[in-house]
Amino acid sequence: MLNASFRPAADIFSEFNRLQGLLDQVFRPAERSSIRALTGATFPVINVGTTPEAIEVMALAPGLDTSALQLTVDRGLLSISGERKNEVPEGDNTSVYARERFAGAFRRVISLPQDADPAKVEASYRDGILRVSVARRESSKPRRIEVN
Amino acid sequence: MNTQLQNAPGREPQARAAAERDQPFTVPPVDVFEDDHGITLLADLPGVSRDRLSVRVDGETLWLEATALTAVPEGMELVYGEAEYPAYRRQFTLSRELDGSRIEANLNDGVLKLSIPKLEEAKPRRIEVRVG
Repeated sequence: MLNASFRPAADIFSEFNRLQGLLDQVFRPAERSSIRALTGATFPVINVGTTPEAIEVMALAPGLDTSALQLTVDRGLLSISGERKNEVPEGDNTSVYARERFAGAFRRVISLPQDADPAKVEASYRDGILRVSVARRESSKPRRIEVN
Repeated sequence: MNTQLQNAPGREPQARAAAERDQPFTVPPVDVFEDDHGITLLADLPGVSRDRLSVRVDGETLWLEATALTAVPEGMELVYGEAEYPAYRRQFTLSRELDGSRIEANLNDGVLKLSIPKLEEAKPRRIEVRVG
C-alpha cells in the first residue's frame, strides 16, 4: 500500500507530473553509474491534502535552516520562502562531479480554499518535511443539524 | 495516523526484496564532490528517519535505499501531489582507490551525507619467508 500522502491525485496535472517523473528517471537512471559521472527541479516539492478540519500542505524541503524559513498567509495565499545553502565547497582542490540538489532562494505559493482560517496555521519541520496545517473555519465544517 | 509501505508478513526475504524492487521509487538528487581526503556525497531524502535508511557497499557498488514516512491525519484526501513514491533508491560504482569499509554516514533533516575516504597509500610490505 502506498503512503497516502504520496498517492497521486487523479487529475491531469498529476498525470503530467507523473510523466515528468518518469522522464526524470529515464534520464537519471538508478542503474549503476560511476560516482564521478552524474548529471539537476522545482523546490520544494509539494503535496496538498484535505481533511474535514484542515488543509495539510507538505513540502519536501530537506536540509533547511528553519530560522531562515518564511511562512506567510495573505489574502488566501500561503507562501513558503527561504533559502537553501550551497553545500558544495568551492576550491582548487575540490572536483565537483554532480550538483543535482537545489541551492539558492526559493518561493512557492499555494492558493488556499475560501474556508481556510489564516488565524489558525500550524507548521512543523521533521526529517526534512515541512508540514503546514491550515484549519478550516468553524462555519464550514460539516455539522449535524438537530431536528426538533 | 502513520502509513507506510508494508510487505506481507511471512514471505521469504528474497521474494520480499524482489517485490520491493518492482515497486516504483524516486531517484534522489545528489551532490558529489571530491577533495584530498575522499569523496563526499549529499543526497536529499525528505521524510526519511535513520531507521528507514540503508547504505550498503557490495564490492564496488554503493547502494542507497530509504523509505519516507510521514504522519498523516486520518481521513486525509490528497488533492495535489508532486511527490509520489515514498521509496528512494540509487546506486553508484565506487572506484578502486576508495575505501568502502570506512564510509561515514550522517542523516540530518532529510539530507544524507556520506564521506567516502580514499585508501591509505598501499605501503610496501616485507613478506617473511619461512623456511620449513
